[in-house]
Amino acid sequence: MVVVVADDVIDVRGLVKTFGSVRALDGLDLTIRTGEVHGFLGPNGAGKSTTIRVLLGLLRKDAGEVHLFGRDPWRDAAELHRRLAYVPGDVNLWPNLTGGEVIDLLGRLRGGLDERRRADLLERFELDPTKKGRSYSKGNRQKVALVAALASDVELLLLDEPTSGLDPLMESVFRGCIEEFRADGHTVLLSSHILAEVEHLCDRVSIIRSGRCVESGSLAELRHLTRTSITADLESVPAGLDALPGVHDVDIDGHRVQLQVDTARLDPVLDALQTGGVRSLQSQPPTLEDLFLRHYGDRIEKEVEEDVEEDVEEDKEEAVP
Amino acid sequence: MTGTLTFLRAFLRRDRWWYVWWGLGVALLYVSQAWSVDGLYKTQAEFDKAAAAMEGNAAFIAMAGPARALNTTGGQVTWQAAAFGAICAGLMSMFLIGRHTRAEEESGRDELLRAAPVGRYAPMTAALLNAMIANVVLGVVVSASLIGYGLASADSIGLGAGLTLCGWFFSGTALLAAQLTTSTRAAYGLAGSVIGLAYALRAIGDVSAPALSWLSPIGWYQAMHAFSGLRWWPALLLGAGAAVAVAAGYAVFDRRDFGAGVVATRPGPARAARGLQSGLGLAWRLQRPAVLAWLAGLVVSGLSFGVMGDNVGDLVGDSDFSKEMMLQGRGDIVDAFYATLIVMLSLLACGFAISSALRPPGEEGAGRLESLLATALPRSRWLAGHVAITVLGTVAMLLGSGLGLGTAYALATGDSGAILRMTGAMASYLPAVLVLSGFARLLYGIAPRAAKVAWLLLLVASVVLLFGEVLKLPQWFRDLSPFEHLAFVPAESFAWGPFVVLSVLAVALSVGGQLAFRRRDIA
Repeated sequence: MVVVVADDVIDVRGLVKTFGSVRALDGLDLTIRTGEVHGFLGPNGAGKSTTIRVLLGLLRKDAGEVHLFGRDPWRDAAELHRRLAYVPGDVNLWPNLTGGEVIDLLGRLRGGLDERRRADLLERFELDPTKKGRSYSKGNRQKVALVAALASDVELLLLDEPTSGLDPLMESVFRGCIEEFRADGHTVLLSSHILAEVEHLCDRVSIIRSGRCVESGSLAELRHLTRTSITADLESVPAGLDALPGVHDVDIDGHRVQLQVDTARLDPVLDALQTGGVRSLQSQPPTLEDLFLRHYGDRIEKEVEEDVEEDVEEDKEEAVP
Repeated sequence: MTGTLTFLRAFLRRDRWWYVWWGLGVALLYVSQAWSVDGLYKTQAEFDKAAAAMEGNAAFIAMAGPARALNTTGGQVTWQAAAFGAICAGLMSMFLIGRHTRAEEESGRDELLRAAPVGRYAPMTAALLNAMIANVVLGVVVSASLIGYGLASADSIGLGAGLTLCGWFFSGTALLAAQLTTSTRAAYGLAGSVIGLAYALRAIGDVSAPALSWLSPIGWYQAMHAFSGLRWWPALLLGAGAAVAVAAGYAVFDRRDFGAGVVATRPGPARAARGLQSGLGLAWRLQRPAVLAWLAGLVVSGLSFGVMGDNVGDLVGDSDFSKEMMLQGRGDIVDAFYATLIVMLSLLACGFAISSALRPPGEEGAGRLESLLATALPRSRWLAGHVAITVLGTVAMLLGSGLGLGTAYALATGDSGAILRMTGAMASYLPAVLVLSGFARLLYGIAPRAAKVAWLLLLVASVVLLFGEVLKLPQWFRDLSPFEHLAFVPAESFAWGPFVVLSVLAVALSVGGQLAFRRRDIA
């Protein structure tokens, strides 16, 4: 047996999964390190849920390498599942089992659950465990799955859009729980559409599209790859701003300059602006939304194909010293 | 009421196959009685003798209804079909009402529709009209098919119209039930109890306390005396009862909130019982209601067959047709008769076995498997839990119906050895029943969406049993039914050979399905 250094909880390389003629995963790479909260972003149908199902051993991979805790998630599924908990995006409960029964059932099947934490979570999520599955709303069904997952003694959480039905109050309870879980040194894979949530919680993110990972890294690293927008009031506008490398969309209106700059090339632009005498300066760092849209927005898509792609490649090389 | 017609058109479209199948089924229920009595009894003397035997049998009266003019074809049709026809109309009405009212409301789809410019009462009124039309269709096809068969027109129309009104009555009670409860399942439970109560009241009433029959809508239907001095006034009771139930349904609807009912849903346990901690525990918890309901049904069926005792010669009659259908053309009349009934009960048990084997695809299709298999429960053990319930449940079905049959027979004849003999005979069909459920499991393992095809094999087995001799079906077709290969006990003596071979086949099918399931993707 090969002994794998357990630094990476999840290690996926070149994963391919096809359904008939549809290539749902097309050479996906994904690495999740121990102790991090990893955001998993992508539009509907990008392959997020398929990836998680492969990791759970529900689907069999067609090609590639998949390691979960250094082992094969298909072959060792049940054994590996003692160490993780899963919350699906669409929680389906048995119509005649109560929420409390489902929490106990899933906990026991996983190998036991923490009684104190169970009670605490029920209270924090304000969940009534005596209602039957059929009478819970979507948000409450999600809470049942969340309580069952968080009350278990596990090292890894696989969460597939776990908060899509929660109200903002419950979402903040959820964030608190995830932060506590991370503080214990545990790992989370969080697939989500709520970018603010990902920005708030995640150490690193992976963005996937059409079954491939198109971007992966810490938020700071990814921010580096997009443009910062700058608005400045100057005493006089220096010439040649638009000739600087990485500068786009320069708009000069009297003493006022608006421009976009690749974040990695911010410094020369600031130097140039300074020579004009800065009266006021506003700089807007890219949000995760910008990052996301850069990969999925139609308008930007063309640019990506034309020139940004090359820039990014160059930037990447420069950004890593 | 704005939008009622639009809804009604949509419902009629959605339910078009229901109209076809329920119409055909119920028409067949009535007209096949005429066809079978005319085939069974060749001479009027024979018919009179059989009628006398039936009239004297309290169990038959309880099962079917008051015995009137049983030595006529029309009388037999009314007697044999009316109570069951009323139950069919009731069930159809209950499902038609439930699926367009409470089920829509529970799923949230109704909310979407009601936000459109439609009247408050529109969906409910359209559902009621839809059910009423469906019952008119039932009545018309029953009347038309009986007239077509050659029975008296006025009485045929009476029998059909009574059925329609009975269906209207149960549509009304189903509508009321859908307002009282908050879940579709509970609404069906309540509406179904009304039908069951109506049947039970007239059963007791017809046997011993005639007043009770007058409390039952099925009793009113039978009190119309079709083919034995038709009278129309009991139809008024049915119409009035239906009107009262509908009015009550609308009154409750007016007073309740959207999504709410009148009967509060009771909270369940906050903690899981100790048994709910394994694949087997969950499978038992999920299948328990079905297992108990099927078991009760099969025990009662066994009992009601057993009370016929050993005086079956007159019932069967002397024609070739009856001998081929009821005795499969072989052996001692009592033994052959019971051997046929035992195969029939085994086929009923197949209903449980197949529906139980189809629970895993149901669970997977409903998306409940993902969360379970994300725990330390191996998928093989999850399926094994359901397999265990299917197999043990099937054993219970066969033994239960055998005990019922044998006990009732022993009480009727004083032959106490029959209990063991009949139970053993039922048990001898275990491998055949398990072959059918194993077939369902194999399909599930390979292609979950095709699993329902397993019902076809039960259809084949039923056709072979009921019509194999009568229609002289080719041997290769009969061989498709696993029941054909086993000894026809108690008319023949038990044979180990086919028992062992079918057992091995059942195990092979099931294990094949379980292995295939371990290797495939979970939907």
